[in-house]
Amino acid sequence: MTIATNRGIMNAMASSPLILRIRWPVRLWHWINALSVFIMLMSGMMIFNAHPRLYWGKFGANFDKAWLEIGNHGTRGYVALAGHEVPTTGLLGYAQSTALAFPPILTIPSSYGLSAARGWHFFFAWILVASLVAFLVYALVSGHLRRDLALTREERRPSHLAQDLWDHARLRFPRGEAARRYNPLQKIAYLSVVGILLPLLILTGLTMSPTMNAVLPWLLDLLGGRQSARSLHFIAALGIAGFIAVHLLMVVLAGPINELRAMITGWYRLPPERRP
Amino acid sequence: MSGLTRRHALIGASGLLLAGCDRIVASPTVKRVIGLGENASRSAQRLVAGNALAPEFSAADISPVFRVNGNTRPTAAAYLDLMADGFARWQLAVDGLVARPLSLSLAQLRAMPQRTQITRHDCVEGWSAIAEWTGAPLALLLRAAQVSSRARYAVFHCADDFDGTPYYESIDLSEAMHPQTILAHTMNRQPLSVGHGAPLRLRVERQLGYKQAKYVMRVELVDDLARFYGGKGGYWEDHSGYQWWAGI
Repeated sequence: MTIATNRGIMNAMASSPLILRIRWPVRLWHWINALSVFIMLMSGMMIFNAHPRLYWGKFGANFDKAWLEIGNHGTRGYVALAGHEVPTTGLLGYAQSTALAFPPILTIPSSYGLSAARGWHFFFAWILVASLVAFLVYALVSGHLRRDLALTREERRPSHLAQDLWDHARLRFPRGEAARRYNPLQKIAYLSVVGILLPLLILTGLTMSPTMNAVLPWLLDLLGGRQSARSLHFIAALGIAGFIAVHLLMVVLAGPINELRAMITGWYRLPPERRP
Repeated sequence: MSGLTRRHALIGASGLLLAGCDRIVASPTVKRVIGLGENASRSAQRLVAGNALAPEFSAADISPVFRVNGNTRPTAAAYLDLMADGFARWQLAVDGLVARPLSLSLAQLRAMPQRTQITRHDCVEGWSAIAEWTGAPLALLLRAAQVSSRARYAVFHCADDFDGTPYYESIDLSEAMHPQTILAHTMNRQPLSVGHGAPLRLRVERQLGYKQAKYVMRVELVDDLARFYGGKGGYWEDHSGYQWWAGI
């Protein structure tokens, strides 16, 4: 890219307007949620380390068949999915000279500690649930859900979604006026997190509590038993981790300074329209 | 070479990050704040649970193999002596803050009204196993012993130990009086095996596995847990910092 065209883009950037894109309640919730989700994932991985096997059904322990296991043969780590072992030394099962499913770099606390991990997990569970409820109430009452997150009739058309998918694949993000709004795939991603993954994590989490099983036996039945709930909890957490990876990649690709400023101050500079 | 140094720098940086995180986790102030979560869980669950019953299962749901866990064979001479004649001379003591201390043989416990329930045992580590348990409801024993109004907890003293430190556990009176809280002598229609806590173990069905004390010798009614061993109300609570409230 030449200096001249570079300057042209800079000029266009400077002249494109700053808009108030994200209101303070959403920004506040985003950061509280980001912190809680990271702590929940890290302490959750340590809790998983205590029994790194997952089952389907009402019960499940060492003598029962696990659909997923992260383990090791000496210093060789593996992940076994439905009995098929994949070597994962250095990543999972055995890494950082530690024979645990998830290595020290990923967990809270970093060395084996189930009670501390449970302490952190259940403390931040309260924060996660309280902030999510507050966010959902705000999103409903303020119109954020209807105005910014719900897909319009036009956006729900398969051809529109296909076009959006094709644009994402070519990393052609909306610019100019179109960038005032979230795009359809972005809306679907956000709605999946607040509407499906986080609620599923909370409900499956409650279902692992023996006292809550006494209070909400129907939830235990609905989720297919405690070990199924534990498996679904893990899968939903994996979904959240996948969302975070894509979310961060998108922030970087869309312009990390502009995106971060928007999530901190609310102000977002509309990317200038492409020259025809 | 530069790849190697970058790798070393990454390892160094992650080491610093880990050390930083662990300092936060180990800080007494942080531990106190994190501990508030346990209080919140206990209060909230006490509020919503009332006397709700733990789910019970059908015979078809029973685990084919119920893993033995914790101590699987006490080594104390007094216990081995009792075991030698099939616990015929074994007696359960119910004492502490009661008007009428009790001493009951296995035969006397079996002669009381019994409760049988097929329930799920959930280890704090994450696994679960289902079994059928039969025993005397703890509430019947506590009524017979006439528990003082000053009593707040039931402490279970056990015959097993870890390196000389006896196993013990405690529950509050509302959990102790719960209809599914039983002292079980029978598991899956067989006398309780030594691995599972013969001759008597606690079943407190709305709590995690470490509360299900095995080899129970004595139930002591108390108003405070601070004077027992490490003061946190149970062996694992003292030894590994497990939460006393084990409903979650």
